[in-house]
Amino acid sequence: MKKSKLFFLIPYVLWLSLFVIAPIILITINAFKGEDGFTLKNFQQFFVNGTFLRMTLNSFWYAFLITLITLLISYPIAYILSQMKNQQFWLLLIILPTWINLLLKAYAFIGIFSKHGLLNNFLKLFGIAPANILFTDFAFIFVAAYIEIPFMILPIYNAICDINPAVIQAAYDLGASKWQTFIKVLWPLSKSGVESGIQAVFIPSLSLFMLTRLIGGNRVITLGTAIEEYFMTTMNWSMGSTIGVVLIVLMVIVMLFTSSDHHKKKEIKL
Amino acid sequence: MKRIKWSRIYFGFILVLMYLPIFYLIYYSFSSGHNMDHFEKFTFSHYQDLFNDNRLLAIFLETILLALLSSLIATIIGTFGAIAISQTKNKKGRKTLLALNNVLMVSPDVIIGASFLIFFTFLGIGLGFGSVLLSHIAFSIPIVVLMVLPRLKEFDYSLVDAARDLGASTWQVYSKVMIPAITPGILAGFFMALTYSLDDFAVTFFVTGNGFSTLSVEIYSRARQGINLEINALSTIMFIFVMILVLIYYVITNHKTHIGKGRAQ
Repeated sequence: MKKSKLFFLIPYVLWLSLFVIAPIILITINAFKGEDGFTLKNFQQFFVNGTFLRMTLNSFWYAFLITLITLLISYPIAYILSQMKNQQFWLLLIILPTWINLLLKAYAFIGIFSKHGLLNNFLKLFGIAPANILFTDFAFIFVAAYIEIPFMILPIYNAICDINPAVIQAAYDLGASKWQTFIKVLWPLSKSGVESGIQAVFIPSLSLFMLTRLIGGNRVITLGTAIEEYFMTTMNWSMGSTIGVVLIVLMVIVMLFTSSDHHKKKEIKL
Repeated sequence: MKRIKWSRIYFGFILVLMYLPIFYLIYYSFSSGHNMDHFEKFTFSHYQDLFNDNRLLAIFLETILLALLSSLIATIIGTFGAIAISQTKNKKGRKTLLALNNVLMVSPDVIIGASFLIFFTFLGIGLGFGSVLLSHIAFSIPIVVLMVLPRLKEFDYSLVDAARDLGASTWQVYSKVMIPAITPGILAGFFMALTYSLDDFAVTFFVTGNGFSTLSVEIYSRARQGINLEINALSTIMFIFVMILVLIYYVITNHKTHIGKGRAQ
């Protein structure tokens, strides 16, 4: 049994060390690499030069907006879905678009948002002259939210399905209004789903550089876009790595923060 | 009653919105024009262009080959990993393994792509099919582990002891007892890995180099040059392909649960 355990463990640990640990170490080394050995120059540039800080704030702001909009749209959908007949079928219909390549969906919006495209034709009905929609912040956030919606619906739906319907019934029986039931019962009990949904949407929103290029028309610059530019265009890998390391550190902080929060709540519940 | 109706309308509206871009693409793939502004005449010419575009067809096939190969290897290593994690009795060791497993799940794609690019350059591995394949295997493994682990948790280890008492070898214990019990998880992991691979753009974009291209990267570079209705024709094909894939997946999983139910009775 011991031998067989090693047999299973070795390929997995090999993968962990080669593709999880080694890349993190390498990107960190790169971030501190100057022309002649170790340097803090990149970090200095990042924190002194205002553009990088503004960009960081910007990308978190966009990611926040995308996550918020996605959540506002998805929560009611998840709830309605949990009350429907043939849930599996409707759920499949909601997930299906995620299997269509993301680039194809982004490409579709180039057509929809174009000067004489679908949306402008629709706006014409209301007498609004052709508006410039493509290459705006609105277009970027809209398309990003569109792409992320199913990833928000799924965890929330699962969390709502796990709630015992008798609990909701009990709340009504005890005289709670619909709003009270939502705030005091439904929302707290589905919060784990909301949290994993936020995680599933917020992090990818930071790296949607293809959308900033195709839909945002280089007007929207996020951390992901900057990393892509430093690695693929200007070939300044050490600056790109620096941005990457800052992003990693920020995310670790966010995650530590949310997970400790999680523990506290669990303790209170117990 | 009225409230339910409103919720249905909202649900329907969002569902229409979800599919609108996809059908918009498919609709204009039959237009003889050159843009997606108005439909000119019905034509199959963009499909003809597509089927004569050897470069795109080669990329299409390579993308599928890449997805199948990477998810197959990722499924094997991931299943091994899940078994190894579930057999790790040390609580701290198991927690560390799980935490490391989830690093790639929570990392933004650009970070994964950039760090893999540094990694491949550091090792002197040329960018191309090999580097893309390794990357796809690497980012698919954690999801396979996460899909297989719950099945292992449900797995009754006394079955292993029973098999041993009945004289099964180590190989037989795994191949005849444990693997069949966790097959639904393995299958789910395989399909998730498949979708991860087919859907990935950001990581591939970093490690693809000049010679090799996947469908996502190719669509990106073409879309940057503007509208080309050949891409629309391609999306129709992809949509049909995805529908078939989903159908197969549902037939397989429903079949499995059927068998499971039959056994339970």
